[in-house]
Amino acid sequence: MTDNWFDRLKDIGRHIGQTAYIAGLKGEVLEITSTGKARMRMPYGPDLVGDPDTGVVHGGVITGMLDHTCGMSVTGALRTPMPIATLDLRIDYMKPAVPGQDIFAEAECVKVGHDVAFVRGLAHQDSREEPIALCTGAFMLIRGGYQMPPAAE
Amino acid sequence: MELLARAIAEGRDPDPDALIAAIPYCRYLGVRAAVKDGAVSLIMPFAAHLVGNPMLPALHGGVIGSLLETAAIVQVVWETRAPKMPKPVDITVDYLRTGKPVETYARARIARQGRRVVNVHAELWQEDETKPIAALRGHFLIQS
Repeated sequence: MTDNWFDRLKDIGRHIGQTAYIAGLKGEVLEITSTGKARMRMPYGPDLVGDPDTGVVHGGVITGMLDHTCGMSVTGALRTPMPIATLDLRIDYMKPAVPGQDIFAEAECVKVGHDVAFVRGLAHQDSREEPIALCTGAFMLIRGGYQMPPAAE
Repeated sequence: MELLARAIAEGRDPDPDALIAAIPYCRYLGVRAAVKDGAVSLIMPFAAHLVGNPMLPALHGGVIGSLLETAAIVQVVWETRAPKMPKPVDITVDYLRTGKPVETYARARIARQGRRVVNVHAELWQEDETKPIAALRGHFLIQS
């Protein structure tokens, strides 16, 4: 535990069980920690299918989950809240996801710089020792925040 | 896939829009396809469920990656007349600009075709074709 209110919110597990929307698909946030780790779960469903012959999910679902989880890990590692934006993501597909089974994604923020944060992550089903995909990525930290439109009079 | 097998048997290119319509996740994203200038061109109209950051609002990075990967796969199937969906081996996505809540376009080209693996480059843009919002480089396995 820390004295930082932003970290405390993460450490009491406020995020656990919240819905992680990947293009409107409902995943579940399993963990975001102030040490920069994040995990989520996506249940299998008919809208996820990318190959109608086999029922294997579209690679974009894995990309979406990894992008989202990597982003959550950066948010976890930050000491103050600020917007972030994906700069790049490299994904290696180790093996196809088994149709009908939940998919899990987890990520770790390995470095928070002044402008850029670096992450790595993986997606798996039964065991994290046998990942279906590995990824590395970089996120921009938008320290000044977004320019919000002026409030209406 | 049956529609691919039928196109091969009839000695013609598969219809990219029928292919897209046969992929549930692409239907879910609302993607459509057409052939333009000898390449497949994808269109994804804006929809509320595609937003990742409601504060902006901006398209979800996963949606951007999905559209790029779809463009790559459809171009490979269309150009190589593959009977099955290609398997992604690896992809790198560069996010160049914020995806605005407007219609998004995608196209891909095969940079190198080997016997088993193809290297594909894909690009997304919105209002201005010369200002891509994201780019992909990836390898895909052709399954016979």
